[in-house]
Amino acid sequence: MAGKTLYDKLWDLHVVSQRDDGSALIYIDRHIVHEVTSPQAFEGLRLAGRKPWRVDSVVATPDHNVPTTQAERAHGIAGIEDPISKIQVQTLDDNCDELGILEFKINDKRQGIVHVVGPESGACLPGMTIVCGDSHTSTNGALGALSMGIGTSEVEHVMATQCLVSKKMKNMLVRVDGQLGAGVTPKDVVLAIIGKIGTAGGTGFAIEFGGDVFKAMSMEGRLTVCNMAIEAGARAGMVAVDDITLDYVKGKSFAPKGDAWDMAVAEWKNLHSDTNAEFDQVVVLNGADIEPQVSWGTSPEMVLPVSGVVPNPAHESDAVKKTGIERALEYMGLEAEQSIDSIHVDRVFIGSCTNSRIEDMRAAAEVVQGLQKADSVKEAIVVPGSGLVKQQAEDEGLDIIFEQAGFEWREPGCSMCLAMNADRLNEGEHCASTSNRNFEGRQGYGGRTHLVSPAMAAAAGIAGHFVDVRTILSQKAAGAGE
Amino acid sequence: MKAFTQHTGLVGPMDRANVDTDLIIPKQFLKSIQRSGFGPNAFDELRYLDEGAPGKDNSTRPVNPEFPLNFERYQGASVLLTRENFGCGSSREHAPWALDEYGFRAIIAPSFADIFFNNCFKNGMLPIVIAEEIVEQLFQEMYATEGYSLTIDLEKQVVVKPSGEEIAFEVDAFRKHCLLNGFDDIGLTLQDADKITAYEEARRKSAPWLFNFGS
Ligand code: SF4
Repeated sequence: MAGKTLYDKLWDLHVVSQRDDGSALIYIDRHIVHEVTSPQAFEGLRLAGRKPWRVDSVVATPDHNVPTTQAERAHGIAGIEDPISKIQVQTLDDNCDELGILEFKINDKRQGIVHVVGPESGACLPGMTIVCGDSHTSTNGALGALSMGIGTSEVEHVMATQCLVSKKMKNMLVRVDGQLGAGVTPKDVVLAIIGKIGTAGGTGFAIEFGGDVFKAMSMEGRLTVCNMAIEAGARAGMVAVDDITLDYVKGKSFAPKGDAWDMAVAEWKNLHSDTNAEFDQVVVLNGADIEPQVSWGTSPEMVLPVSGVVPNPAHESDAVKKTGIERALEYMGLEAEQSIDSIHVDRVFIGSCTNSRIEDMRAAAEVVQGLQKADSVKEAIVVPGSGLVKQQAEDEGLDIIFEQAGFEWREPGCSMCLAMNADRLNEGEHCASTSNRNFEGRQGYGGRTHLVSPAMAAAAGIAGHFVDVRTILSQKAAGAGE
Repeated sequence: MKAFTQHTGLVGPMDRANVDTDLIIPKQFLKSIQRSGFGPNAFDELRYLDEGAPGKDNSTRPVNPEFPLNFERYQGASVLLTRENFGCGSSREHAPWALDEYGFRAIIAPSFADIFFNNCFKNGMLPIVIAEEIVEQLFQEMYATEGYSLTIDLEKQVVVKPSGEEIAFEVDAFRKHCLLNGFDDIGLTLQDADKITAYEEARRKSAPWLFNFGS
């Protein structure tokens, strides 16, 4: 008999009731809430006269609408200039206060982007089922958890019943063998995967990321990769539990302690696919082949190695794809066959739930240290993912390194990832962004997003155009040796 | 929830692949704490030539004359015909809310992104998966015939063309049942409250660390 995959195990552990029609009631251990997708759910509960099933499974924090400048943040909610944003953040506070939900409020040290806050606080743990009204909830799967984004109706459903009605997905293994080259990061790995399987490649699947590259990858790197599982079409991405996972979780404020820790670890040690598990689909990449990546178009699958050239629609035979390329080139203001490193950058954004953890801050700081932002770059902002990341970075002096290089150091939040606050691109501007989506208008009306790793974004900020960060790093190493 | 049984309506085109939910309803409109009011800004960046904002009077904005859904012949369309991977990206349920309010009752595509697909059912809107070649045919027939409409019969699981030809489609049994009857999911799930409690009690013993959060 075939063994079980990690996803099979997580699923089996949470089935409350299996229905004849193939759907199942799945118990939800942790529910994370932010201000944008929750107000209508709270209102729905109220209108139906329902109470949350288990308030102590919920944790909330505002992230999408919060300003990131100190000037606005100094005064908490009152300081939010946009009146509609202010109401939304206030509504989250009111709902949480009314129901007794734990919330990391706007200027709480623990506030931050939901998908950064969950793992770093220990609110999200291995073996859990985790949901949030946000597609990047897939991030937490890196802990060896089943973590999925849901819509607002489902937010209300989970609040009221502690369950999700779900149908089991298929199993996909994405295996990256071998080793990554120097200067190639987890972001490059996940962009390369999406480039290979496409934005619909994982639709209907839960993806497990396996192979030597992920075994050797840090927890923060795994979070970056699982974060973008949704960009490959998969609601859930995950990585097996190993010592790296346990070391990361141990000591987090909400992680189990003492006997409870031992008991938890005993369960978590089983959270990996059996050696004889069968996957419905297996995709294999070789780590050594992956180069630093840059997206050129308006979908995350429109991505290339930094050494590449923008595609020519004339060479595409599929009519739908061809018009897709033509439209993307026009929107992005690029020429067919233009080299990636000839694309100039107007702004740099280092942040978002994909790349705003401490390792990301360090990687970007390493590149910019001792160098200067190019004059042609209007603005380069660094937005830590949470108050705790910010504090840690400041303790390490990273804020100073950024500021000396002409990069701005901001307060935590989603910021220019989706531009719901004041941080945004102007029409036609190109941005080197460490976020996860390059859709039309995502970072501002008419804005042009290029998805890259933190190191590559930092390098673009220094050079004023895309450049292989490995050349900057090796020049610096050579300089240091002189 | 609104029930869906049978619907006949004019077909409107969204002729591109990978339409994301940012395109269906841009982020600035997500600041609302209401469940309604999104219809006038569905596909905002395509419908208008300037940037939309909450509270802005759309009647004073320049309309994009090249956007097909703005054409006279597609006014009143209630069946959206589109390409693969429709609704990808953000989980925002504001996207189906906006499409529903715009007037769409059903969406036909070769494939949908998972979360969006799910969200449609919660709002009484039917996403229909039909093979790519047939979708292509529908596009051609729609472009060729002004006033092209389709009938969708959920009970029989068919889309009926003007010629009377039927195209069968699959739909999950539970979702179909809920949609035909307009059932409230939460009410249905709460019928299993005993099972949820029993599961919870067992997990409290085997995994107590899951239950002492925030204390
Ligand atoms: S950082 Fe961006 S992708 Fe992540 S939760 Fe915020 S808006 Fe969504």
